[in-house]
Amino acid sequence: MLDIPLWKRVLILGVIALGLAFALPNLFYAKVEGHNDALVEIEALGATPDRLSRAAGWPDWMPSTLVNLGLDLRGGAHLLAEVQVSEVYADRLDGMWPEVRDALREARAEVGTIRRIDTTPDELALRISRPEGMARALQIVRALARPVVSLTGIGTNDIAVAGQGDTITVRLTPEEQAATDDRTMQQSVEIIRRRVDEVGTREPTIQRQGADRILIQVPGIGSAGELKALIGTTAQLTFHPVVGRTTDAAQSPGARQMVLPSLDESGVFYIVEQTPVVTGEELVDAQPSFDQNGRPAVSFRFNPSGARKFGDYTAENIGSPFAIVLDNEVISAPVIQSHIAGGSGIITGSFNVEDSTNLAVLLRAGALPAGMTFLEERTIGPELGQDSIDAGRIACLVAFGAVLVFMWASYGLFGLFANIALLLNVGLLFGLLSVIGATLTLPGIAGIVLTIGMAVDANVLIFERIREELKTAKGPARAIELGYEKALSAIVDANITTFIVSVILFTLGSGPVRGFSITLGLGILTSVFTAIYVTRLFVVIWFEHRRPKTIEV
Amino acid sequence: MRLRLVPEVTTFDFFKHAKLTFGASVLAMILAILAWVVIGLNFGIDFRGGTTIRTESVQAVDVSAYRAALGPLGLGDVTITEVFDPSFGAERNVAMIRIQAQDGQESVAADTVAMVEQALQAIAPSITFPSVESVGPKVSGELIFTALMAVGASLVAILFYIWLRFEWQFSVGAVVALFHDVILTIGLFSVLQIRFDLATIAALLTIIGYSINDTVVIFDRLRENLIKFRKRDLRDVMNLSVNETLSRTVMTSGTTLLALIALLVLGGDVIRGFVFAITWGIIVGTYSSVFVAKNIVLFLGVNREDKPTDKGNQFAGIDA
Repeated sequence: MLDIPLWKRVLILGVIALGLAFALPNLFYAKVEGHNDALVEIEALGATPDRLSRAAGWPDWMPSTLVNLGLDLRGGAHLLAEVQVSEVYADRLDGMWPEVRDALREARAEVGTIRRIDTTPDELALRISRPEGMARALQIVRALARPVVSLTGIGTNDIAVAGQGDTITVRLTPEEQAATDDRTMQQSVEIIRRRVDEVGTREPTIQRQGADRILIQVPGIGSAGELKALIGTTAQLTFHPVVGRTTDAAQSPGARQMVLPSLDESGVFYIVEQTPVVTGEELVDAQPSFDQNGRPAVSFRFNPSGARKFGDYTAENIGSPFAIVLDNEVISAPVIQSHIAGGSGIITGSFNVEDSTNLAVLLRAGALPAGMTFLEERTIGPELGQDSIDAGRIACLVAFGAVLVFMWASYGLFGLFANIALLLNVGLLFGLLSVIGATLTLPGIAGIVLTIGMAVDANVLIFERIREELKTAKGPARAIELGYEKALSAIVDANITTFIVSVILFTLGSGPVRGFSITLGLGILTSVFTAIYVTRLFVVIWFEHRRPKTIEV
Repeated sequence: MRLRLVPEVTTFDFFKHAKLTFGASVLAMILAILAWVVIGLNFGIDFRGGTTIRTESVQAVDVSAYRAALGPLGLGDVTITEVFDPSFGAERNVAMIRIQAQDGQESVAADTVAMVEQALQAIAPSITFPSVESVGPKVSGELIFTALMAVGASLVAILFYIWLRFEWQFSVGAVVALFHDVILTIGLFSVLQIRFDLATIAALLTIIGYSINDTVVIFDRLRENLIKFRKRDLRDVMNLSVNETLSRTVMTSGTTLLALIALLVLGGDVIRGFVFAITWGIIVGTYSSVFVAKNIVLFLGVNREDKPTDKGNQFAGIDA
């Protein structure tokens, strides 16, 4: 007969209560958001009366997770960047050159003099003056290879060395390239995250996608251009030995040298060695400060290996100038006065305080290891998002009203049960979305509206079935029971197929499509739950109290 | 008094005009494919790359003035369309400007967008740009592929699931009906030149989901009736099944359409194309469940010999 054990009733009501409790904060979106933000600020910056009062705006013991609003609802910028991972190979090989050179120099008697020759960026080529020593040279260079540090590259070395005639070429092995790509991507994501965090926006999404892409979504930022400027600034700091100074930009530099413009003296160019002595990657700290004349400057500190290289170089080159280069412009080219030990220094130039602060931030965040191209850019203004929320809200309410009236007119009391279940359904859906931290997008709202329309389907199936069973006159209790039982296979099959579609949408889709698939999929779960458990519970409770001889559905 | 859209007992013969309805479906599909091939779809930037800029101004949108302002920039193909919505009022005039993907650029450079914005500000000083979206050709190519994958994978998954739960004839019938819905929707988008983008693909998949839902409910009843009335003609059993579920079919389509129409009218212009596709799909999907899917099953025939006599409801044992 129509009985549901007590534990099951408690469980059903418990799930509803829990779902609604988690959905509740969304009704007070601004207040709860203020509360959450205030808590974060208190944690990070300390309590102020304003923050405390905002934090008190929502009770601590209540759930306070909210449905995230997607960019199309909140406004903000979206970028899809592709990282030029292969740029890093050249840097790796450049970094290897001094080591290779020093190792071969020790065997000068056998291999003769060594000279680096220009070649494609993905290989390091050098020529030895005694080709007969090639076997020995290859042996020496190969000994420099290190095992690849990655899961898939176990057992392989990082470089492949080949010799032909008097030329040795060194390339990265595919395994090492893969491992390098992976590191490059991790670094890029980390650096972008730090830069975006520096401007302190809410809930940025910085995600690696596929082999070489990064998705960046920042709510509340003015435009994709601003975001690009923020993360695209490379702030690559390097220190180069200076070869000479010139006023002719077209002057051809010597082998492995380059001509760089000066930042503050227009028309002045420096010829510097291409291989830097130290790079900004070895910086551990950079702070805005002032030089001895009280002008804004940036002080910096190297890590131990950077400090050693910097110390050695300054000790060997007292009296000669070296260039401090930022993004391929020479900030200044001071003459080395003395051996600089300890690895800290100061950059002076024609900065104002704001410049020096920005430069310090950029140096601290580090340079992006490789360049990026932007494949996709979207800017959505906050007003447009607010319009969409308003329109979506009205549409939801009207859709709700229409469906409620329609169901009540069609099924009377049972229709009312279905209506309560429908309200609970939307509540549960919001609760679920909040708990899993899903993002609500504009198509997601459409998904909710569609769920409202389709959620009644399961109830309609059941009620229609009860009507049919009533015709065979087995009594109301039996008719209700049979109605639920026989409608179940149709409900399950119909909803599983739709659920399959929403899962496929979720896996293959991106952005808005994914937002839609989440609400559609979760909507199917909650609507099946409310139809076969919740309305049934209502019907059973009603039936137990009234014990009607006949029912009309 | 209850609202009854469908009389309590109906005995419509859904096969009476089978030739007519089936012929109409086939003709509509041919026309849709023709429209697709001849007129072509109005692809959004998601699928062909480029930039769209949404503008909003107090001044009325003058498409030819906008075009004249942008002409000297030499951006290639530029489409300007005015957007209407009942909620805008006289003070808000909205237009969408679409610029083709520029040669040799992965996405439109910020300075190009700035140039366009300046040119428009010169003729409409109050103009603002609530959204600027730009997709590079590399990504748009991948997006087309993913979209096709999604539609294809859904069809295959459904084919497999229905085959598992019913018979192969049913799954063929269901998938043909889904094809019908998808083709007709694409045809309508070609004829009306509504923008076809990623959201439209989501709409197509929703239509697939809804239509299969509808079809499965009828199939479920058919499965049950085939066991109950083992001696009756397949055609009669089908008619009985559709008639028995007709009230539900109309109710569910009715409530879903009510919700969708609310969204179509009040949901704002940003998602109107998306909602329009779903609304159309619900209508076509309901039609195809009743008139296409089971015709295919009837045509293929169902092997009723090896059914166990008391197979019963497969979920009878589950205590819900």
